[in-house]
Amino acid sequence: MSILIDKHTRLICQGFTGKQGTFHSEKALEYGSFLVGGVTPGKGGTSHLGLPVFDTVKEAKEKTRANASVIYVPPAFALSALVEAISAELDLVVCITEGIPLYDMLRVKQFIKGKKTRLIGPNCPGVITPGQCKIGIMPGYIHQSGPVGVLSRSGTLTYEAVWQLSSLGLGQSTCVGIGGDPFPGTDFVELLKLFNQDEQTEAVVIIGEIGGELEEQAAEYIKTEFKKPVTAFIAGSSAPEGKRMGHAGAIISGGRGTAKGKQKALASAGAFVAHSPAQIGITLKNSLKTV
Amino acid sequence: MEIHEYQAKALFQEFGIKVPQSTVVNHADQAFEAAKRIKVDGWVVKAQVHAGGRGKAGGIKKADTPEEVRKIAAEMIGQKLVTAQTGQEGKIIHQVLVEAICEIEKEFYLALLLDRVDQKLCFIVSSEGGMSIEEVAEKSPEKIFKLTVDPLCGLLSFQIMAILKNLNLPLSFFKKLSALLHSLYNLMVQKESTLIEINPLVRTRQGELLPLDAKMSIDDNALFRQEEMKALMDLKELPLEERKAATHELSFVKLTGSIGCLVNGAGLAMATMDIVKLKGAEPANFLDVGGGVDSEKIDMAFQILKEDPNVKGILVNIFGGIVKCDLIAKGLVKAISVLNIRVPVVVRLEGTHAKEARQILDNSGLDLSFADNLEEAAQKIISLTSENGK
Repeated sequence: MSILIDKHTRLICQGFTGKQGTFHSEKALEYGSFLVGGVTPGKGGTSHLGLPVFDTVKEAKEKTRANASVIYVPPAFALSALVEAISAELDLVVCITEGIPLYDMLRVKQFIKGKKTRLIGPNCPGVITPGQCKIGIMPGYIHQSGPVGVLSRSGTLTYEAVWQLSSLGLGQSTCVGIGGDPFPGTDFVELLKLFNQDEQTEAVVIIGEIGGELEEQAAEYIKTEFKKPVTAFIAGSSAPEGKRMGHAGAIISGGRGTAKGKQKALASAGAFVAHSPAQIGITLKNSLKTV
Repeated sequence: MEIHEYQAKALFQEFGIKVPQSTVVNHADQAFEAAKRIKVDGWVVKAQVHAGGRGKAGGIKKADTPEEVRKIAAEMIGQKLVTAQTGQEGKIIHQVLVEAICEIEKEFYLALLLDRVDQKLCFIVSSEGGMSIEEVAEKSPEKIFKLTVDPLCGLLSFQIMAILKNLNLPLSFFKKLSALLHSLYNLMVQKESTLIEINPLVRTRQGELLPLDAKMSIDDNALFRQEEMKALMDLKELPLEERKAATHELSFVKLTGSIGCLVNGAGLAMATMDIVKLKGAEPANFLDVGGGVDSEKIDMAFQILKEDPNVKGILVNIFGGIVKCDLIAKGLVKAISVLNIRVPVVVRLEGTHAKEARQILDNSGLDLSFADNLEEAAQKIISLTSENGK
């Protein structure tokens, strides 16, 4: 088992014929992902990388029976691409695009309420179930199949964590980059719920960052409901405080959002907190001994 | 992106919000002329820098005569202002705002922000306006009122009533408050702002509601379609290195340590700084070269690090995903040889095309140190720099 994706996931790519779409679709195919086609408005009817290109997601879904999409379109076109994919009722949409205007993401978050689609990202590395399906920009070879679920707000730091795990012989069930933007499509808690029920997943790594309250929310959930050991690392404990604008942010966060605060919240929820980014893998390995 | 008080106030006016009469100047004589033109009994001279806490730091001063306005402006312009929000290095005052003084009856706090948790716009108001609003929030949180606005409904009259009550304003202010809040809301949404903060908003003796201060931030991601806002960007507010970095789309923050860091991805860049610090040294910077990195950007990154005399060694930590390591390696070879980098460089490359990258670096003939993991990379650069220091 795994969460979100597996070898049966039928994937299309929005922004298929663009530079990023092409490069990462090639990599996905090499990895063995079940890529069934792509969408580039205006290029419908042609073929690319030996796969059919469609003008719309709806057509692509009808012709290929796709149930997931990965989005590589530029930020200015992301709102349309996202709403299109959600309207087409795909099960999963993974948005890699970085730099989407915040107000566009608010519109997407409003639109997606009550719809069947789950959105991962934007501004994220994607989702991978090792050995089965890779959706996104992560280097495939660092992953191995195994018992560890990985959740992260970062891109490259996720690869670092995965690389440490694989080096220790600890494979991964599914790795999900939720993205570094203020309004992610899916947060830590929603994914922890999936990992909680996933039989393959025996332990979870959470890679957080300073800012926002996603880690604090995760800590709440871990404390009350999560049944498996959690290892956490929060990036940014060395970031200097101070430079900011106005007081509204501080008033509303009430001191939450710092590396220390997040580490404390997670530790008191029973998570194993790695203080060095080089210790993420080993901390998880030790956490397994506690089960 | 942040804009200045005077720019925000100009936008307020454009959206029908009354503000005190004022002129922005960059010379003391102009300040004198401006004061004479604004015919009132008193003026306030306000440093225009992107930071709060100006009042306590001496960046806002009252004057009774145009001569005094000139004197204060002369003292401020060109000087460094250090406030609780600037960091130790402070900010140079390039311009001051000369503003008509007003008779204050009561000060309020009013902010409109994009709330990450509710994922909606929300108003934050307090009847206890003025300088120490964060203290109010900490000590008497009941005096801070937060109100979330549904994007489809917009701002509704019952919500304006709630804000009116929380500010202890009489009913006669309803229309004025309503107009102000609606204008702010429209401004916020139209300009894709992430924050508008007015501290203080005042009730004047003449019965008006006037914003005496204005802080406003715009979503960086929206600048491609907010050209009018983009034009308000004041690059002088950034340190020189950060300005250079910004023009090359590098994300750079200068710090005070000796280990230069060149990393891809914000999370890994922070984690790299974290481990440098854990191993007992201090990072010289945060530098995320981003996903679209090319050889020109690597070149610029090394130039910025080279110009910092504090940098005693450079740690390159790249985990390729969207970024291909061999491209980085080519950029590294070019930058290090052309710029004649003399400080020790430790390179750690992993991910997409890492093997090809290592080959390029091995064949370059450059004196580089390599590390296979983060721990080793941090240890190596620290020991190399401390040897050099001896």
